[in-house]
Amino acid sequence: MPSVMLRKREDGKLLFYIAKKDLEETIESLEFDSPNRWGGEVVLGDGSKYYFEPMDTPPKIPMTLQAKRLSE
Amino acid sequence: MAAMTREETEALIQEVLEVYPEKAKADRAKHLAINDQSLEKSNKCITSNRKSLPGVMTIRGCAYAGSKGVVWGPIKDMIHISHGPVGCGQYSRAGRRNYYVGTTGVNTFGTMNFTSDFTEKDIVFGGDKKLAKCIDEIELLFPLNKGISIQSECPIGLIGDDIEAVSKVKNKEHNKTIVPVRCEGFRGVSQSLGHHIANDAIRDWVLENRDGDESFPTTPYDVAVIGDYNIGGDAWASRTLLEEMGLRVVAQWSGDGTIAEIEKTPKVKLNLIHCYRSMNYIARHMEEKYNIPWIEYNFFGPTKIAESLRRIAAHFDDTIKEGAERVIKRYEAEYEAVIAKYKPRLEGKRVMLYIGGLRPRHVIGAYEDLGMEVVGTGYEFGHNDDYDRTIKEMGNATLLYDDVTGYEFEEFVKRVQPDLVGSGIKEKYIFQKMGVPFRQMHSWDYSGPYHGYDGFAIFARDMDMTINNPCWKSFKAPWKTEATESEPVKAVA
Ligand code: SF4
Repeated sequence: MPSVMLRKREDGKLLFYIAKKDLEETIESLEFDSPNRWGGEVVLGDGSKYYFEPMDTPPKIPMTLQAKRLSE
Repeated sequence: MAAMTREETEALIQEVLEVYPEKAKADRAKHLAINDQSLEKSNKCITSNRKSLPGVMTIRGCAYAGSKGVVWGPIKDMIHISHGPVGCGQYSRAGRRNYYVGTTGVNTFGTMNFTSDFTEKDIVFGGDKKLAKCIDEIELLFPLNKGISIQSECPIGLIGDDIEAVSKVKNKEHNKTIVPVRCEGFRGVSQSLGHHIANDAIRDWVLENRDGDESFPTTPYDVAVIGDYNIGGDAWASRTLLEEMGLRVVAQWSGDGTIAEIEKTPKVKLNLIHCYRSMNYIARHMEEKYNIPWIEYNFFGPTKIAESLRRIAAHFDDTIKEGAERVIKRYEAEYEAVIAKYKPRLEGKRVMLYIGGLRPRHVIGAYEDLGMEVVGTGYEFGHNDDYDRTIKEMGNATLLYDDVTGYEFEEFVKRVQPDLVGSGIKEKYIFQKMGVPFRQMHSWDYSGPYHGYDGFAIFARDMDMTINNPCWKSFKAPWKTEATESEPVKAVA
């Protein structure tokens, strides 16, 4: 379960950063992205998939969250 | 020599790899690549931040070097104890030329070496008592210090000393910030982990000291310069530009910096990151905890400076945006004159670089402003995110080499025949003896500053002075070079 730091890039895209892996990728899609449900499966710019435990309110970005890596 | 094609570069890499045994070859192959601008991500072409191969000559440093030498060392009003044997601190003392103002030995301590000077006895019986004594002595002899950091060398971690406990006790006793840093040299694969550990130590022991204290008057234009170590005065040459455009620089991390500046940084509006590799960690932390956005900027060469000034200004209101334009305008005549003078002498010259974690990509713009071309570059301790940022800066089919070995670097230079090599002190004399002009690009070869418009003038002069130095023509003995020309002379005689 890597810790993922989320931040907004200047162009508004969400960046997904794992310090331990030097992984800095854009988030291409997020399963739930609405005011009352946030999280689920994320697909990154390089095609890899991770999973955030869905939450009832969107997190205040920037923020560090735990994510699970999903194998393809 | 004309630019190499992709195939030629590929062949060169294969040829250089040829001497290694199978396993080493497979490993090194992953660290050598041909740049391809169409790639978005570097991990498709190059591997970085991995353990160096035993048996090859690597150019990297250790975690202690990353923490004491780079991040903590320049904080001038603190005393940094090189905790362990005397050598690590003494041989690296003041080598990085982090300039500062102050009276050394009274209120600033940058160029001094403090060490607990471990001997056999301390290794056997533990050195915590000695460290405690060391701190008391420092307090007695240098009462104007504003804090102490304990920079662990290898043995501290090996014998399991508890420097945190000593720090806590002494912190109460002297009522001063005392920071234990677990940056033992053996941690990680290069100095890069030392930067990270140092950042974390600042986060845990210093950064929140003034949380909740609102006595510091802020302005909407407060910024912090992060990751500028004031080598040869770099941070000063950068700071003037920022101040001229109307910003207030609250803190310099860490060249010519003080602990008070660091404690005030959480109050700024924007963090400006120059050396991304060594200080992005703390910037990310401040973004999350204090909601301070950060941007990377580049103050090498007029093109990149103008670009950066505008990008910084975009985060502020119109007065700052006008300020940025005013600054660019004001220096225009000056840098145009520098380019007019040196470009004709340097145009078309080819450069190969091999530096630490930032400059392999940051200085490319400055060379291009002078009409030069960077044909190969590589990082000692860069990570994937550094190579991501490099791909677009470099031309197609140019060489990328990560953690290059002494042998590979020499072979590449022999074959590519650049007009200039920019790297560190360990490489300097090898290449000079090979007859290749060389600049030491870590501490600017005893020159500098190279940042900002003022720095660019010095940069251009230095490159010209090195490349066009008449000594390179005197490399062969006259009776060997002029053999053909002197023939007719003999015949006449
Ligand atoms: S590797 Fe260890 S012994 Fe060597 S300089 Fe670094 S801290 Fe000192």
